[in-house]
Amino acid sequence: MASNGSLDSAIPEGPLSEKWTSYKANAKLINPANKRKYSIIVVGSGLAGGSAAATLSELGYKVKCFCYQDSPRRAHSIAAQGGINAAKNYQNDGDSVWRLFYDTIKGGDFRSREANVHRLAEVSVNIIDQCVAQGVPFAREYGGLLDNRSFGGAQVSRTFYARGQTGQQLLIGAYQALEKEIDKGGVEMFTRTEMLDLVTVDGHAKGIVTRDLKTGEVESHAADCVLLATGGYGNVFFLSTNAMGCNVMAAFRAHKRGAYMANPCFTQIHPTCIPVSGDYQSKLTLMSESLRNDGRIWVPKSAETAKKIREGQLAAKDVAEEDRDYYLERKYPSFGNLAPRDISSRSAKEVCDEGRGVATTGLGVFLDFSDAINRLGEDTIRARYGNLFQMYEKITGDNPYQTPMKIYPAVHYTMGGLWVDYNLQSNIDGLHVLGEANFSDHGANRLGASALMQGLADGYFVIPATLPNYLVKEKPGSVTTDAPEFAQAEKEAKERIEKLMSIQGTKSVDEFHRELGLLVWDKCGMSRTKEGLEEALKRIPEIRKEFWENVRIPGTAEGMNMELEKAGRVADFIDFAEVMCHDALDREESCGGHFRAEYQFTAEDEAVKTGHTGEGEAKRRDDEFCYVSAWEYTGPGEKPILHKEELNYEEVELSVRSYK
Amino acid sequence: MNALGTALLQFWKSSIGKKLIVAVTGILLVGFLVAHMVGNMLVYQGQEDLNKYAYFLHHFLHGWGIWLFRLGLIGAFALHIVATIALTRQNKEARNTRYAHEETVQAPRSSRIMIWSGLTVLGFVIFHILHFTIPVHPDLQGLKDPNDAKMVDVYTMVVRGFQNPLVVLFYIVAISLLCSHLMHGISSLFQTLGLRSEKTRLLIKRVGVGLALVLWLGFISIPVVVVMGALGDGSQEKPKPAMSAPASSSLDVTKS
Amino acid sequence: MNLTLKVWRQAHENDTGRIETYEAKDIPESASFLEMLDIVNTGIINDGGEPIHFDHDCREGICGMCSLTINGVPHSREQGITTCQVHMRKFRDGDTIWIEPFRARAFPIVKDLVVDRGAFDRIIASGGHIGVRTGSAPDANSVPIPKDDADDSFDSAACIGCGACVAACKNASAMLFVGAKANHLNRLPQGKPEKDKRVLAMVHQMDAEGFGNCTNQYECEAVCPKEISADVIAKLNRDYAAAVVRDAVE
Repeated sequence: MASNGSLDSAIPEGPLSEKWTSYKANAKLINPANKRKYSIIVVGSGLAGGSAAATLSELGYKVKCFCYQDSPRRAHSIAAQGGINAAKNYQNDGDSVWRLFYDTIKGGDFRSREANVHRLAEVSVNIIDQCVAQGVPFAREYGGLLDNRSFGGAQVSRTFYARGQTGQQLLIGAYQALEKEIDKGGVEMFTRTEMLDLVTVDGHAKGIVTRDLKTGEVESHAADCVLLATGGYGNVFFLSTNAMGCNVMAAFRAHKRGAYMANPCFTQIHPTCIPVSGDYQSKLTLMSESLRNDGRIWVPKSAETAKKIREGQLAAKDVAEEDRDYYLERKYPSFGNLAPRDISSRSAKEVCDEGRGVATTGLGVFLDFSDAINRLGEDTIRARYGNLFQMYEKITGDNPYQTPMKIYPAVHYTMGGLWVDYNLQSNIDGLHVLGEANFSDHGANRLGASALMQGLADGYFVIPATLPNYLVKEKPGSVTTDAPEFAQAEKEAKERIEKLMSIQGTKSVDEFHRELGLLVWDKCGMSRTKEGLEEALKRIPEIRKEFWENVRIPGTAEGMNMELEKAGRVADFIDFAEVMCHDALDREESCGGHFRAEYQFTAEDEAVKTGHTGEGEAKRRDDEFCYVSAWEYTGPGEKPILHKEELNYEEVELSVRSYK
Repeated sequence: MNALGTALLQFWKSSIGKKLIVAVTGILLVGFLVAHMVGNMLVYQGQEDLNKYAYFLHHFLHGWGIWLFRLGLIGAFALHIVATIALTRQNKEARNTRYAHEETVQAPRSSRIMIWSGLTVLGFVIFHILHFTIPVHPDLQGLKDPNDAKMVDVYTMVVRGFQNPLVVLFYIVAISLLCSHLMHGISSLFQTLGLRSEKTRLLIKRVGVGLALVLWLGFISIPVVVVMGALGDGSQEKPKPAMSAPASSSLDVTKS
Repeated sequence: MNLTLKVWRQAHENDTGRIETYEAKDIPESASFLEMLDIVNTGIINDGGEPIHFDHDCREGICGMCSLTINGVPHSREQGITTCQVHMRKFRDGDTIWIEPFRARAFPIVKDLVVDRGAFDRIIASGGHIGVRTGSAPDANSVPIPKDDADDSFDSAACIGCGACVAACKNASAMLFVGAKANHLNRLPQGKPEKDKRVLAMVHQMDAEGFGNCTNQYECEAVCPKEISADVIAKLNRDYAAAVVRDAVE
């Protein structure tokens, strides 16, 4: 089944630290007069898509940008709270491009591509400059210079932040740049428009089919190349920290047209979310990871005490110090509460599985600020986290200044995505993929404050430099929507809508979505097994079958119909879930966000005996799995074909990740 | 049109431009009210002082002063009205549908009736001018100061003018609405001129309300005191035949 | 808890629209307002009706998509939150709740409770930005910004463009939105070179979109989910006056 069809990652020659510089020096250029003849489609208007559309328009290209929201400013990048990393070393604490590169590789559990990650670390410094020039109000010190903090397991303070709204401020910066270009006429913006299909002509991505969500009209758009910046697929789990509208449709449509889906099983479970409270729940809310800088995570040492807390017979503050288990500090003394996300999440699951969880559902741990408040005073804590505490109180009705927060892990970010090479081009010529939608930079686990960095790196700095490599080979405007491929794709898209509308079954779209979500959370969530994944792969086709026979979509396909929108997305989530489970089943190792219960360290392992790592920690198998899995679509319900991109580490030595 | 003209036209056309005009003319009108009220207070000093003050007003700058002043005042008043009516129409258009369930969070009542309190004041001003400035009522015409025939007996005119309780009631209602207008208007003009900030917010609010209350008390006291009979019934001890034209309160036309 | 909902239903932009009544039964107190609507919608779908359309996306109070007027107040009477952050524990069993779209001529209704806020984008396009090309920026620390200015700017930058300010204003004025954006950029040294141009262009666009003007009632700041102060309107007025004067004489 696995093919060894080699994937050319197009990594430039030369030493790692010089690859990007020499790439740029030798890159093809398009002269300014010709740039305006090229048209580019950008799907998505978040940090990656928005910044790419704006920058490409500044360079002179004609850009069409699409988003499903009513405004490009609403993309879910806006919700990132914590910050953005950059190797500025403004704090003089020993940071460097190399260190950021290494931390990202290590954080990704050695499953990302060295060259891409090094480039990311290099351009990180330019991002901060660019954003500040745009007016992004990063936190400052009294001297007027930029402030930094340590974030998400980093031992240096390299995270730039804007209160708890870093994503929002960065996105607004990109959005304003985009609006500036819209005003100049360089970008044509299509809001409330959803991509239904990718159109390829002679094997090249040359356009998309869209649906206007206001009028229901299905339309074609042609261009010289297509950029997807459509975010991650976390909503396959139904409950996640993603926005309600986040979906995999664009990426999955491209996958069906031949683009490889890479590492879909690498999903990140964020450790600090507000626990689920009931089955009506529509989404999960993230509490910024920055809270872990001052909050201490604990559960009671005994399950009986936890039970009393769950039943409301005992208050958290009445649990004696010696009866508390600060399990992260205990297991990972040097990183403590700042241990990477995958480790923190799994540890929370472990203690809850032991019956020591504290939320009413049993799935929750304490994040306690009482020490920090005693040490620094309530005002300092309020200045640092005021808005987060307020948000928590609004949602839960508890006051975190007085009683510890309850948190539990939730699906947050997806490291997997469409496979791209060093140029961010997928295996389909002309189809480029940016931001969370691609797989490239975070390996098996993403470090905190790195998603914003990657989205903006791709959009502001990488794609403008790499896109000409493709375009220069293309005659501008060579394909128009008159090409028969467009008529065909449009026809298929319309037929699919008609099919969905004609079913008129008895179950709502959400019911299917919730069922699918629970299944994949259970079988392909924080901990996975061969049996569970096989079971999921048996169940998913059944869900699909029922969906296509029994889904109920009221209204018509003309005009706005949000149930129809959801149905199209859920149909793709069902198909996508299969690829994800196949990938998780194939990857017989544990690494980063992918934890296969069969592969964990035991007392017999050398690394445990030497104390380098502990029992139950994720066990990577570098000899067999040091590759990127890139899956090729073969048909509905068929097992996709695996292509491998071997990961060659030239500079970094693979080691057992230890945060002890 | 030259650049300056274009800029001015643009300014008038813009919403903020018109609001700035409302604010600046508002300052002039408030200034006038303060002066008017202070002048009115002379009624408590007695007949002589009030009449002398009225005489002065009509004769400074050889009688030109009052006309310059009036022209300015009429201009400000007209601009204030024209701009606010234009803005109100714009606002009605901007919110062309109503909520089925209307609710207000913090807007004070005075702010919600600005156009109505303003239009009532306009009606009142017309009445007031016909009452005292160009008195149409024969009892108030041609009153002369008993001690100095060249001066108009404004004092007596005021006292006579407020003998009718219905007139007094109308004055009380109109002045109350004027002060409601000012309660919101004075603090608003600071906002429109860009002077409101975290530091000045409270002060501005207090100044607005305080000034409006002082004006209310000042203006309203006279009709109330008169109608209660504290200043007599307005009969002149030595009435003189009307020789020259009418007189009135502090701002008055004299045909000399 | 059980509730009676009075909901604005409107099939499309040119439909006249009307209030319809729904019973919301067995709503958990810990549900959010939008989850309550999800539950009601599931019931409507099961009964063969068309669900109530409303905008929503992040459901954590930051994207600015959700836009319901709840009992006459955009985002409800609770301070400093968006519709998606309203929780049912704030209501009482048996309450009647009025749910309407954000109303303004500049925000035409698309369907039911969904409105088109494209006017805001066009205002930003007209001048709500700093004209710096990617790649041309100097080092981020080359221009120190006094913390007070940075904080002042930040308070304004917190705007999420939801449009509640417009919806709450009896004049459907966008002054808080425009003032916030102008103040965000005008207070920063990076934004100074384009300050006058920005203010003139944004105010011009604001008027052209058919928003009303400010009559200083400050309903906008009372409903703003990010609690942006109406002081930004004073600053906008001041910056506008200064820009007009400079534009006229220079």
